[in-house]
Amino acid sequence: MYRYDQYDQAIVDARVEEFRDQVARRLSGELSEDQFKPLRLMNGLYLQLHAYMLRVAIPYGTLNSGQLRVLADIARRYDRGYGHFTTRQNLQYNWIKLADAPDILAELAKVEMHAIQTSGNCIRNISSDQYAGAAADEVTDPRPWAELLRQWSTFHPEFSYLPRKFKIAVIAAAEDRAAMRLHDIGIEIIERDGEQGARIFVGGGMGRTPMIAHEVRDFVGIDDLLSYLEACLRVYNRYGRRDNIYKARIKILLHEIGVDEYRRQVEEEFLAVKQLGLDPPKAEFDRIAAFFADPPFDGDAPDAVDRSDPGFALWLDQNVAAHKAPGYAIATISLKPAGGIPGDATAEQMDLIADLAERYSFDELRVTHAQNLVLPHVRKADLYAVWQALDGAGLAEANLDLIGDIIACPGLDYCSLANARSIPLAQKISNRFADPERQRDLGELKLKISGCINACGHHHAGHIGILGVDRKGTENYQLLLGGSGAEDVSLGRITGPGFDEDGVVDAIERVTDLYKARREPGERFVDTYRRIGMEPFKEVIYAQS
Amino acid sequence: MKILTGNDLATGDVVWWTGSDWSRHVEDAADVGEAGERIGREEEAARRVNVPYVIDAAGTPEGPRPAHIKDRIRALGPTVRTDLTLKPSDPAAGNWVI
Repeated sequence: MYRYDQYDQAIVDARVEEFRDQVARRLSGELSEDQFKPLRLMNGLYLQLHAYMLRVAIPYGTLNSGQLRVLADIARRYDRGYGHFTTRQNLQYNWIKLADAPDILAELAKVEMHAIQTSGNCIRNISSDQYAGAAADEVTDPRPWAELLRQWSTFHPEFSYLPRKFKIAVIAAAEDRAAMRLHDIGIEIIERDGEQGARIFVGGGMGRTPMIAHEVRDFVGIDDLLSYLEACLRVYNRYGRRDNIYKARIKILLHEIGVDEYRRQVEEEFLAVKQLGLDPPKAEFDRIAAFFADPPFDGDAPDAVDRSDPGFALWLDQNVAAHKAPGYAIATISLKPAGGIPGDATAEQMDLIADLAERYSFDELRVTHAQNLVLPHVRKADLYAVWQALDGAGLAEANLDLIGDIIACPGLDYCSLANARSIPLAQKISNRFADPERQRDLGELKLKISGCINACGHHHAGHIGILGVDRKGTENYQLLLGGSGAEDVSLGRITGPGFDEDGVVDAIERVTDLYKARREPGERFVDTYRRIGMEPFKEVIYAQS
Repeated sequence: MKILTGNDLATGDVVWWTGSDWSRHVEDAADVGEAGERIGREEEAARRVNVPYVIDAAGTPEGPRPAHIKDRIRALGPTVRTDLTLKPSDPAAGNWVI
C-alpha cells in the first residue's frame, strides 16, 4: 500500500501543529466558536449529540495492521473503547475531548493517517472497491488511481470552498462494490484497445434529492485524468449554487442545466486546463502504482479447503470471495452480529483483526462502505484458522449481503442532525431475522437505514430502505423498496405512509414473505420487486393497517 | 418550563444550567423563563459553555424532562449503549427517554 513521502508527512505534521495552536486559542477564548467551527471541521472534528466526534480518513478504505492498532489504541485511551466504521470507509470516535484532539491527530500522523477533509465543502475521502488489488474480476487495481486523486485533492486550493461537499469513488470491476454511481463523481477504470482509462460519471448522490450519476465521458486516459476532473470541478465551482444549501450539490447543477450542456462546458474547460500541465508524468503514476504491487503470493498455495466444520462452511460460502491469485481468497469480517450495532468494533476486536491481517493477509485490511472489514489476501489453507479466531471473538457472523448485514447510520443515538434512531431498528430487524437458515433462504437482500434525509445510511440504495423521520416529535419510519447501489443501480421508492419502530419491522417481514411466495428460481429480492412492481408489496404491507 | 443546555467547551459533555452553574444531570436544570438566551450568551462569552440553547421541558417529580426526544437522548446518553449513559448501572434509568 502507499507510504507517505517526505511531503505527505510534512503537510500532515504541519496540520497537526496548526490545529494544536487553534485548539489552544479556542480554549483560551482567543477564538469564538463561530471562528473555530470551520477550523475544527477541516480536521474532522464535529460537535455531536453527546460530545465531540472525530472522523478519521481511511483513504479508499485501505489500512495496515499498525494503523488499525493505533485506531484501537486511540479508542482505548481517548474514547470509550470502540470506534464506528462509516459508509465512507472512515472511522468515527464518538466521545472525544477537545483538548485531546491535537494529541490524537499526532498519534494518527505517526502512522500516516489524519482527519483532513473528512468534513467541509471540499473533496472528501476518495472511496473505492474494498476488494481492490485482490478481486478476480477487476481490470486493474483502482487504488493507484484513487491515490493519485487523494494527492490531487488534498489541500487543493481551488476546491477548498466548493458550493458543497464532494464525494468521488473509483472502481475497476464490472461489479460495483462502491456505490460508484451514487457519488458526485464516479470513476470506472476500463480497458479499451489495450489502454486503461476512466469512464467518468457525474452528478450522482443520495441525500434529500437522490440522483444517479450520468456518464459524461466514456474514456479518459491516465494522461488526462486530473485535467479532466479539474475541469469537472471548475464548472461546478463556478456555477454550483451557493444560495441554497439544498440545491448546492453538483447533481442539482446537472439537473438544472442538463448533462449535455454540463458536458459541453467541461470539454471547453478541459481544453484550457490541459495547457496547465497538471497531469503527472507517467513515471509518477508508475511510482505510485508500485506501492500497490501484489504481495509475494505463494504460487504453490493449495486451492482445496476442508469444509467439514459446518459453521466454517457457512462462513466460507457467505463471507469469502474469489481472489485473483490461485490458492487465495478474500474474507469479509462482518461487523453485524444479530442485535449488534452495525459498524461498531471494540478496541479488542480491532487488535484481534489487526493480528489476523498481519499473520494471514500480508498486513493488509480494508474497510467496506457497508461497514464491514476485509482481509484481502488470505491463503485458502489459512481460512479455517482465521474463522476460528474470528468465531472466538464473536466476529464470524456469516451474513455478508444478507438481510442481517444492515447498513445503518448512527442516527438519533449519536447524531445531532438525525430525526430518528437507526441503530435500535437495525437491532430489531437483525434479531427478527437472526436465524441463519432464514437469512440464507432470503438470499441477497441489502437493507439500509438512515435516521434522516441526509441518507448517510444509504436508504435510497437499499433493496429495502428505511428513512427515519420526525412526525410531531415522534420517530416514524418510511419504507422504500427497489434501490440498489451496485452495477444495477436504482433508487428505492417509498411504499406509502410510515410506521412506528415495531410496525416497520413487521412490514419488512410481510415484504419478505411476499418475496418468498412470488420469487422465481434464481431471483433475488430486488429482481422480484422489479418484475412484479410495487403494488403487490403495498397490498401486503398495508393490508393489516 | 424552559431550560438551558449546551456542551462543556473542553470535554464536549452535555451540560444543563442549574441557576448558578452547569451540571451534567438534567435533573439539576433550572427553569430559566425568558432569561435563557441572555444567560447563554453571558456564559458562552465566559467560556463556561459552548453552543448554548434553550429548550422546552416538563417539570416532573424526578426533575425536568426535555420535551423533544433528541434532547432526552442528549440528557442521558445513547439508548443502545446503557453502559455509556450517565446511569450505567440502572437499566431502568432511561425509561422516560423514549
